[in-house]
Amino acid sequence: MTMEASNTRWLDYAPAPESTSILHLKKSYGLFIDGDFVAGSGRSFTTISPADEHSIAEIASADAGDVDRAVAAARKAYNSTWSKLGGADRGKYLYRIARLVQERARELAVAESLDNGKPIKESRDVDVPLVAAWFFYYAGWADKLEHAGLGPNPRALGVAAQVIPWNFPLLMLAWKIAPALAAGNTVVIKPAETTPLSALIFAEILQQADLPNGVVNIITGAGETGSLLVNHPDVNKVAFTGSTAVGRAIAKSTAGTGKKLTLELGGKAANIVFDDAPIDQAIEGIVNGIFFNQGHVCCAGSRLLVQENIETEVVDRLKERLVTLRMGDPLDKNTDIGAINSRAQLDRIRALSDIGEEEGATRWSAPCEIPAKGFWFAPTIFTGVETSHRIAREEIFGPVLSVLTFRTPAEAIAKANNTPYGLSAGIWSDKGSKVLAVADKLRAGVIWANTFNKFDPSSPFGGYKESGYGREGGRHGLAAYLTNAVLQSGANK
Amino acid sequence: MTHLAIPKTYKLYIGGAFPRSESGRTYEVTTSKGAFIANAAKASRKDARDAVVAARAAFSGWSGTTGYNRGQVLYRIAELLEGRRAQFVDELRSTDGLTEAAATKQVDSAIDAWVWYAGWADKYLQVAGNGNPVSGPYFNISTPEPTGVVAVIAPATHGLLGLVSVIAPVILSGNTVVVVASESSPLSAISLSEVLATSDVPAGVVNVLTGSAAEIAPWLASHADVNALDLAGAEALEWVDLQIAAADTLKRVLPPESGLPALTVDRVTFFTETKTVWHTKALI
Repeated sequence: MTMEASNTRWLDYAPAPESTSILHLKKSYGLFIDGDFVAGSGRSFTTISPADEHSIAEIASADAGDVDRAVAAARKAYNSTWSKLGGADRGKYLYRIARLVQERARELAVAESLDNGKPIKESRDVDVPLVAAWFFYYAGWADKLEHAGLGPNPRALGVAAQVIPWNFPLLMLAWKIAPALAAGNTVVIKPAETTPLSALIFAEILQQADLPNGVVNIITGAGETGSLLVNHPDVNKVAFTGSTAVGRAIAKSTAGTGKKLTLELGGKAANIVFDDAPIDQAIEGIVNGIFFNQGHVCCAGSRLLVQENIETEVVDRLKERLVTLRMGDPLDKNTDIGAINSRAQLDRIRALSDIGEEEGATRWSAPCEIPAKGFWFAPTIFTGVETSHRIAREEIFGPVLSVLTFRTPAEAIAKANNTPYGLSAGIWSDKGSKVLAVADKLRAGVIWANTFNKFDPSSPFGGYKESGYGREGGRHGLAAYLTNAVLQSGANK
Repeated sequence: MTHLAIPKTYKLYIGGAFPRSESGRTYEVTTSKGAFIANAAKASRKDARDAVVAARAAFSGWSGTTGYNRGQVLYRIAELLEGRRAQFVDELRSTDGLTEAAATKQVDSAIDAWVWYAGWADKYLQVAGNGNPVSGPYFNISTPEPTGVVAVIAPATHGLLGLVSVIAPVILSGNTVVVVASESSPLSAISLSEVLATSDVPAGVVNVLTGSAAEIAPWLASHADVNALDLAGAEALEWVDLQIAAADTLKRVLPPESGLPALTVDRVTFFTETKTVWHTKALI
């Protein structure tokens, strides 16, 4: 993003793009089934860079027969190798994968930013390091399951069907695969249609790790492929991260099948700022809460609840801060705000923002040069938002912040909880007793106090209410992949 | 002169009160041999919705009490049940056709179940929660919290013990409950409600509906203000349809049990949500 005033241009940054020469991309990618790349029988599609719409690679699409083959490969691997391997050896494979991810970290980060549109500083410093951490953490659990407090004889479920979203493509893959393999399951996973690239490079890593064939199968395709996978009769476990609408459909279609189900769905998190908050940190936290990853974050702090007496100060300082953010080439190391992941998502963000104006909220967007090609949306703040407005109720999944006010802690809590979602929330105050009391009252699965959007493999993540059920991360994350483990709520047996 | 008995009118238990069904309907409760015992209230959709409203209203207060407090309240239920054991033995003998020994055994087990679960109220958090060693300067802890309003289809058999086996694990963590009692054995459920009403259990924490589970369950499964559904006694119902209806609001669903649900801490933790709180630490 360029500065508002042109006379500050001499302070601007020189371009500092990360080189794509580290990538060794193929022109086309098949499905990764039983240890090999094979052709898909569905209609292949092109994955593009959302920053400039150029084609990256041709991607196979799995049809019903391909899904059958992938599930059969996972079943065979479960029966013949993986379930016979000791926990220590399963752990060693996961450690190998963690190390290979670290070795190829730069390549994975570049691929992720290219395919997803997120700034390289995020894929390099957040996504990929967390991927390695996730495998490293769960590797250590593989031979310690009986110590996890999940019953005396924890056992794997069998074949896990996993469908993941496009906002953190490789990180969501790690959240799914690492605990599943540590618990002794085999996997068929489907990355999102718009972001398959890092998962396909990850398949090469599995080959380098010499993971037994069929333990992890990666099939690409659109929603139809995902539906075929989760509804396949020979899967024992379904794990889905994505929209609440699709999560609801999966909960219906798996009802009565005995498949264990965990869902990580949408959110509309409140980020509550009290007048005794450390304001400098709170401003950074608000920005990180909603503009991290272009707001494509299920736990994003999309509703700012600011105490009424400091609203003007906070909003003014937010605007000042947003003017300094740089939007542009995701591969540039100085970029703060990357591209919106797809045209469809951009259309949705635009539509909901227009509705916000129509319903009477006041819109302010950071002054940005929007690149000619690609999908872009300037960081945007709505003030004067009421709880009934659609921009206060619906997940926008973009860089759009709705500002609401409150006077008392009780009002903040009531407004924060006034949503069918319950994934996350933020609290900003220097008064510890108030923070803990408010945290007790918020109906959300992850509460960040004086921080936001922090993730760690040892820390359970997941929602209340219509944000889904089950937890990912930590000891609780193992329960989703073991029999007789009901430590986490609602993982339908 | 002999005393002419005064039969009890069996009603519903909603929000701490004992109303008749708003529908005005009743159904005959008989002995196992078919002899008339009582007219029990046949709850309607409206009664179910009233019960959910009462349960929701009670949630904030009940979930805000301490585990130590809830443990004492559950223990108090056992105390009062002990004092009325003869009544429950009589009711079970008449509705379920049990021998005195079998009925006594069931009442004993029900009393002991309250005591067992009472002890969990201030302990399940320590078993199901933990601190998390995140790699950064943060205090980070995961603790289970009650899910909210739980609708329960009680086991069709074991009128008293079946009911206690599903109510106790749900409410000890702070949930509130709407329970559909066994259709054929509802008398213990209403008599248990009288125990609850005098045991320091706040009004609305337990709401008991008698009548047809097949008729009432779909309204509870689809109710938007119900957070979870325990299908323990729903094996004979179209329970997959109930689970599908529950998916509309992404309720947590525990599938049917064949027979009497065992006493387990899993039944407690299933109806909880894990909350993880991060707090920054100063760099000093």
